[in-house]
Amino acid sequence: MTVPAIQRTIDAVWRIESARLIAALARLVGDVGLAEDLAQDALVAALEQWPDEGVPERPGAWLMTVAKRRAIDRIRRDQVSARKYAELGRQLEAEQDQAAVDGGQTIVDDAGDDLLRLIFIACHLAFSTEARVALTLRLLGGLTTAEIGRAFLTPESTIAQRIVRAKRTLAAANIPFELPDAAARNARLSAVLAVIYLIFNEGYAATAGEAWIRPDLCEDALRLGRILAELTPREPEVHGLVALMELQTSRLRARPGPAGEPILLLDQNSARWDYLLIQRGLAALQRAEKLGGAHGPYALQAAIAACHARARTAEATDWQQIAALYDALAQLTPSPIVELNRAVALGMAYGPAVGLELVDLLNTEPALAGYHLLPSVRSDLLARLGRNEEARAEFARAAALTQNARERDLLLARLHALDAAPDSR
Amino acid sequence: MRVMVLVKASEESEAGVMPSTEMLTEMGAYNEQLVKAGVMLAGEGLQASNKGVRVYFSGKERNVVDGPFTEAKELIAGFWIWQVKSMEEAVEWAKRSPFQDGQLELRQVFETEDFGEELTPDLREQEDRMRTQTAAKA
Repeated sequence: MTVPAIQRTIDAVWRIESARLIAALARLVGDVGLAEDLAQDALVAALEQWPDEGVPERPGAWLMTVAKRRAIDRIRRDQVSARKYAELGRQLEAEQDQAAVDGGQTIVDDAGDDLLRLIFIACHLAFSTEARVALTLRLLGGLTTAEIGRAFLTPESTIAQRIVRAKRTLAAANIPFELPDAAARNARLSAVLAVIYLIFNEGYAATAGEAWIRPDLCEDALRLGRILAELTPREPEVHGLVALMELQTSRLRARPGPAGEPILLLDQNSARWDYLLIQRGLAALQRAEKLGGAHGPYALQAAIAACHARARTAEATDWQQIAALYDALAQLTPSPIVELNRAVALGMAYGPAVGLELVDLLNTEPALAGYHLLPSVRSDLLARLGRNEEARAEFARAAALTQNARERDLLLARLHALDAAPDSR
Repeated sequence: MRVMVLVKASEESEAGVMPSTEMLTEMGAYNEQLVKAGVMLAGEGLQASNKGVRVYFSGKERNVVDGPFTEAKELIAGFWIWQVKSMEEAVEWAKRSPFQDGQLELRQVFETEDFGEELTPDLREQEDRMRTQTAAKA
């Protein structure tokens, strides 16, 4: 095996094993920061030894053994209190005894809980949102700081700094490696879902830069969501989020046009949608609904996406249902963005004048000042009403506001398409 | 990326012999592992080829031939579709499967970016329609 090939194999093993490895180590040493360092030590050992010795038969177990050995070395070297060392020693022994009894099953059974603890810690409310994102991708997604930096168009050093600072916060705040208690669980779970969806959205509608979508980030987020759904099968909103991401991803390949420009939902050729993901998304939505979660914020958004997914042509879209779902969403999580989307749905269900009425109410909304989709939606409704001159001004305003180069081209193209047409009121 | 993992048929699978309880248990545990890792998108086992049909094409002619088909090793007995980061990751997962003999064939699924120029006319048409239609956001 050549060196690059073994490197790729080690990367693959790391991707499969790293989260469970870090999670199990964190339970043993009670410190996520130290656990990650130990896991990294084991990775370095693999990079040194596997090219000569070959990949071991059970690479995950190999990495764990090396990491545990390093844990004991470090605790000795750092002269951590004898009590902590004795405690760790006992745990390691107890675990080996148990493994001898049941053939190693216990560790596997515990792995899920450890992983869930790790997810909750990575998304802890004590960290900034950026730090939660970086920690989640690094600890759970197995991404390197360089990969995270590339994905978020942020220098690697900045990402590394965020992680170091978060680890310091973790140690200073003495946050235990435990699942949140019942009182805090909902808020903490919401934070986890928010981080996963933020990663997804960063991929789905890149906020800055040349690329319209970065499918890798969508895949990372979706994978985290799928893992979480298996860890917390009774949580309806987790399934709601997975449903939303599956359904949105099902349209990814219909989105970028020939030059990478976006093709908006109603202009997509539904034959290019991914029906495997649609089916998975609808199934996940059904799970959320069966668990009584039809009115959770993610499930509602997934239900909206499901309306689009079920419509094989744009004309077949059930806009009245979508408007009703946005209405429910607006009551649950009132936000100007939801209102803007509701305006689009109303405009499709009941005519552009109805949509425009709501959009005009949003025109003075401070949260939307500078948000390119407000003039973009408004220009579209105006154009449909034949008020082309006003529509042109709004297209130009939207194009000036968007930070995404591809989206700007699209808006300018729409502006030029209207150039020839006088008002047709 | 996505990888389709093809499970090749064997004389037993072609004879309609069901896997042992032990094998089914191990396969169930393996599938659960794949699901828990967020890797498995789909997977099915296929019935023996004596219940299958082939449709042969020759110009406008269609020739329908009922199974069974010979050369068991060339036949497919089941498949998975996995979402992985690399072919190497798929190989690592494949190595962990509980099979004792036979083979798995791993094939990369085409993604949009693999098509290049081939899809341009279709997308061009979409682009034209796009300019005349609404801005409802995907």
